Amino acid sequence: MNFMNTQLSLGTAASLLLASLCVAHAADWPQFRGPAGDGVAPDTKLPTTLDTGSVTWSANLPGRGISSPVIVGNRVFVTASSGARQDRLHVMCYNLADGVLLWERQFWATGRTQTHEKISAATPSPASDGQRIYAIFSSNDCVALDFEGNLVWFRGLGRDYPNASNSLGMSSSLVVTDGVVVAQVENDSESFTAGLDAKSGLNRWKLDRPKKANWTSPVVMKGTDGKPVVALQSSKGVAGIEPSTGKVLWNYDQGASTVPSTTVSGGRLYVPSQGLTVLEPTADGQAPKQVWRAGQLRPGTSSPVVVGDRVFTLNDGGILSCADTADGKRLWQLRLKGPFSSTPVVAGGVLYCVNEKGLVQVVDPAKITDPAKPEVAIASELDLGQVVVGTPSIAAGSLFVRSDGKLWRIGRASAL
Amino acid sequence: MNASRLFALGLILPAVGLGLLAAPLPTALEAAVRELRAVTVEGQGNVAASGAWKAVAGAPLSSLPSLLEAMDGANDYALNWLRSAVETVEQRGRLAGGTVPVDGLEAFLRETRHHPRARRLAYELIQRAEPQRAARMLPGFVNDPANELRREAVDHVVTAGDAVVATDVPGAIAKYREALGHSREADQIDVIAKKLTDLKEKVDLPKVFGWVMKWKLIGPFDNTGGAGFATAYPPETQVALDAVLDGKGAQVRWVDFESKDDYGMIDFNKPFSELKEVAGYAYAEFWSEKDQPVEIRLGCQNGWKVWVNGKYLFGRDEYHRNREVDQYRMPVGLKAGKNVILVKCCQNEQKEDWTKSWDFQLRVTDAQGTPVVSAR
Repeated sequence: MNFMNTQLSLGTAASLLLASLCVAHAADWPQFRGPAGDGVAPDTKLPTTLDTGSVTWSANLPGRGISSPVIVGNRVFVTASSGARQDRLHVMCYNLADGVLLWERQFWATGRTQTHEKISAATPSPASDGQRIYAIFSSNDCVALDFEGNLVWFRGLGRDYPNASNSLGMSSSLVVTDGVVVAQVENDSESFTAGLDAKSGLNRWKLDRPKKANWTSPVVMKGTDGKPVVALQSSKGVAGIEPSTGKVLWNYDQGASTVPSTTVSGGRLYVPSQGLTVLEPTADGQAPKQVWRAGQLRPGTSSPVVVGDRVFTLNDGGILSCADTADGKRLWQLRLKGPFSSTPVVAGGVLYCVNEKGLVQVVDPAKITDPAKPEVAIASELDLGQVVVGTPSIAAGSLFVRSDGKLWRIGRASAL
Repeated sequence: MNASRLFALGLILPAVGLGLLAAPLPTALEAAVRELRAVTVEGQGNVAASGAWKAVAGAPLSSLPSLLEAMDGANDYALNWLRSAVETVEQRGRLAGGTVPVDGLEAFLRETRHHPRARRLAYELIQRAEPQRAARMLPGFVNDPANELRREAVDHVVTAGDAVVATDVPGAIAKYREALGHSREADQIDVIAKKLTDLKEKVDLPKVFGWVMKWKLIGPFDNTGGAGFATAYPPETQVALDAVLDGKGAQVRWVDFESKDDYGMIDFNKPFSELKEVAGYAYAEFWSEKDQPVEIRLGCQNGWKVWVNGKYLFGRDEYHRNREVDQYRMPVGLKAGKNVILVKCCQNEQKEDWTKSWDFQLRVTDAQGTPVVSAR
């Protein structure tokens, strides 16, 4: 615990003052896979040539975790877990400009913290609505804090519902929309998704879900009427949920993966189902229409990424496949250095792929003129030298990567 | 199991009043603390607590010992509200150049009647303010009721053994033996045991952990499609050890089983062969010298249910995800004399090699993890 003694010192006072006006803006990265939950940073460009000089700052973390950093205004929020049983749950807030720790809050897990050794209690990513940061952990403890670190509410969902757990760990990230924090707590036993009131944490609704371990994350999309819909993926398929009530609006029942998550782009859902299946919701509340299905585009742990008219999937070994979003026809495949667990993130049409060895591989698909020579797309590599399992984030012209022990900001300091 | 049942099982500490505070808080602050302590299941009390939290987090540094004392008897939800407020008081107070009341924190820490988590937090606050004072105190926690303090003190003893192992093997062994005697957490026990066995020392792991090794088993019963998990076969209503029961495809009888495994594994595959979609029961008599609260600690990656003296404690229908020592902890009261432990263990339909296990491990401990062994 000496970490806080060195990180949170009187020297942080200046950073605290500078960061005290936290204003959310469009370039924020408020949740897992970014503002639209598709891994794409709109209106942002990052350097394509990365080297050790590209690291703007790094900060030591007090515990393990593979959750993605969340960036809102001039603050970077990260979760971690520590202790012999990973039952210390941490939420940290860093200053975007210099990586100084502004505050840290710790909680004791009230639910089970057992996970596979590759992950930890801090596997699900937090989310923000621009007013508060909401964090959930594998123990199903869920907290809301304001940007000054004041506790707004605490829920012990693993204590409230004691059989809601997974002995390999829970990983579904939060989404927040329409004043509701959606917590997907799906597992082999007491399986549910809850809509928690963003202001109080109280249940707005609680929906029974398939009794099957599920590591996917929800994604918010616009319904055909323009209102938000939360897509919940499970072994059974994908259900569209009205976030304010939990009402099931539509259902796709042809099964789906329980690891990589659905990506939404252009009003379509790219679902890891029987390879990759693209769906288009209909206005009549019936099952979404299938646009195409491609068995050869099956993703690994990484979720699909859509950039313009191209869809990318990445398998665990590092084969990056690119296909046409119109029909799913595969255009090329590129062998990256694997293995991969994280999902690529995109800025300026360029993919930033981080393998489990901590090697950032920058892939610029625009460089490919001959599908037989896709390797020209690899623009640069940066070895961070630590195991990285979590998906990075992009904001303020920078890539944010975290390992079990470190958080890096990689990019242009001048973008501040 | 719903939350009210959880309370009944004692998983949540019973509430006590704030009357034991050593240095009374100002009335307004005490009222705010009461709001934090009032939070309970499903977020009840959150709205009031949210406002109260800011008042508590704005308390002066001098209030830290009293705020820690407010954790005594608090439920696990309230502990988190209080913890985050305490740490905020400390962080903001330190940034403002205030003085952490280290003497008061040490006095609080030395009172072992306080909540183990609050005492550990007091230790960490001292560590931040005066690391050398914390370091001086650490060895004294080797037999402490707060497991996090105890664990770190035990590590300190292990480190002392490591420091001399190259030149003084008997001295190192003595340190490792001391550490093993005090350790209460499985992963730490494993590390120490390996150090001893590497030095050719014998470690009786079943005794260290206190596994229940002798059982009577019966099975298989039908668990096709997982339906057997919810089916109450005869042992769930009455155990007759001489009974002949209708099992899955045959009549079944109770058989003796004694584990020879260092980790106390009770393996149904051994007497009944590697079967699928089946359920079995394990029965053990556990003799207690007195009425006492204990924990049943189970490791199992099959569907399972546990009863003690006919009272259902908990169950879980998850298969082949993971298993670890002390995976599930169930508080229960033992009576003086004979107690009966009944475990239901279900196997599912999966055919992969890694889904063969149909077993469990179980021990009886106090709340800290000290083994409680059967008197017979």
